[in-house]
Amino acid sequence: MEILQQLTFIERGIVAGLIIGLICPLLGAFLLVRRITIITEALSHITLTGITAGVFISQTMTWLAFINPLYTGLIFSLVGSILIEKLRHAYKSFQELAVPIILSSGIGLSAILIGLSSGSTVEWYSYLFGSLVTVSLSDLYFTMATGFIAFIIIFAFYKEWLSISFDQEFAKTSGIKVNRLNFFFSLLIALVISMSMKVVGILLVGAMVTLPVAASIQIAKSFRQVVILGIIFGEVAMIAGILFSYYFNIATGGMVVVTGVVILLLTSLIKRLGLVSSTVA
Amino acid sequence: MTKESQAQPALEIKNLSFSYGKQNVLEDIHFTVPQGSFLGLMGPNGSGKSTLIKCILGLLTPKEGSIKLFGKPIHQFHDWNKIGFVSQKANSFNSGFPATVFEVVSMGLYGKVGLFRFLTKKHKLQVREAIKQVGMEDFIHQNIGQLSGGQQQRVFIARALVSEPELLILDEPTVGVDAKSVQNFYNMLKRLNKERGMTLILVTHDIGAMTEYITDVACLNKCLHFHGNKEEFELQQEDMMSSLYGHDVRVITHNHDHHDHDHTHDHDHDGSGH
Ligand SMILES: Nc1ncnc2c1ncn2[C@@H]1O[C@H](COP(=O)(O)OP(=O)(O)O)[C@@H](O)[C@H]1O
Ligand SMILES: [Mg+2]
Repeated sequence: MEILQQLTFIERGIVAGLIIGLICPLLGAFLLVRRITIITEALSHITLTGITAGVFISQTMTWLAFINPLYTGLIFSLVGSILIEKLRHAYKSFQELAVPIILSSGIGLSAILIGLSSGSTVEWYSYLFGSLVTVSLSDLYFTMATGFIAFIIIFAFYKEWLSISFDQEFAKTSGIKVNRLNFFFSLLIALVISMSMKVVGILLVGAMVTLPVAASIQIAKSFRQVVILGIIFGEVAMIAGILFSYYFNIATGGMVVVTGVVILLLTSLIKRLGLVSSTVA
Repeated sequence: MTKESQAQPALEIKNLSFSYGKQNVLEDIHFTVPQGSFLGLMGPNGSGKSTLIKCILGLLTPKEGSIKLFGKPIHQFHDWNKIGFVSQKANSFNSGFPATVFEVVSMGLYGKVGLFRFLTKKHKLQVREAIKQVGMEDFIHQNIGQLSGGQQQRVFIARALVSEPELLILDEPTVGVDAKSVQNFYNMLKRLNKERGMTLILVTHDIGAMTEYITDVACLNKCLHFHGNKEEFELQQEDMMSSLYGHDVRVITHNHDHHDHDHTHDHDHDGSGH
């Protein structure tokens, strides 16, 4: 803890970035094979509602001013995640409806709360697009705690989730508690979204979950490779993005995503040129 | 295995009924599958075969009746490793799914290994063994989506076999598989049944091709029209088939050409697997 307090803000950003670069692709790999990466968009917007609510509360109720809006963001994200699962059950044949419903509710509520509170444009800008300079020590603790919990959950359920993603019916017959594990998966998505929020930004967190694995699946032959390459790409995008944004003084999330897109283009190129043989294992 | 557990039937169904909403699909089904037997379950399309299998596997909950697996009522049964399953829809996975043959077969052990744990050396050996058993060892690191229908089917059988089940349930596993592979496949089932004493339930249209392998037959069309051993079945075969399928059906034994849409061949290795 002593060491953490001595970090400069760029070092804090890099520590947070390393955690995000590890966890986001791990989650992304499962979202990808389940074809629900789009859920991250809905959840990031409902997390924005939570953050605006947090800012509003700390402004209007001074005795609650100590609350870091990231925590209210996390609460909204968890609730939103469970609501999405409920909606996906309710609309069994039109599961994708859950995403626009939650997303638009999230934006609508956020707009109202932003209007009511007196945050500066700069402050909102940093929440939307991510910002290195505003990562406080308390934000770093938040990222470390949520990242740690997310990692434990992934470690516990990795192989069960893989089996469920491939063939839910078989997973059930092999004794895996599918419903319970799907619930934990919802919690994980919410955790990871709110964990990445401060550095990457609300509008771009979905990209951080998706881009590294979108790149890795182009050249991976196994799920393991999707995960490992995804983590490598995620870390590279985070670190390069943070350093670029620092030296050129531009939005961190934007730079991270641009780096991610460049990696994606490079992997497509590698695939096109046939540089990876079909027997890589 | 103790004497007592040997005596328990692998499966015992009593008075089972099932409906999707108002539509009755299964009515008053009774039958028993002793350990070591090989049951061929037949019936026309939509007769409720897959529904019955899903009830047996606990994927669907019946409206009435009882199901016992190895002597235990299904809601108290937790020993799912004892049961292997190959679904009718096994091939309908997303063909871009990034998983190798090794990874897919490993999934057969995941329920057994437990949370927070990964496969040990011994588990991995078991996975390789199961892959070898279905003759797919040359494709072990290939992507599952790049294999032919028949090869994929063999991988799914390996996934069901890897946990060394005592009861193996296969729902129309040979649809879309070419004739030669089907023959090899039936021979493999026969070995599992005869040499390892594994109990098998095979859902099939093609009972004629199966008569030399199976020990028992069940005919289903909402109700159970027949259940007995093969010899009894052969005596009443003609009557049975016409009551089940309507009058114009002839039984053609040893005809494997029904499902030969897929012209991939068993030994047609594409050379990229090495
Ligand atoms: N999920 C479902 N919901 C409603 N009806 C179903 C469902 N699955 C099957 N059915 C109906 O139940 C009947 C039996 O289906 P099924 O068990 O798949 O038959 P089989 O496997 O013998 O072809 C059919 O009439 C089918 O339309
Ligand atoms: Mg069926």
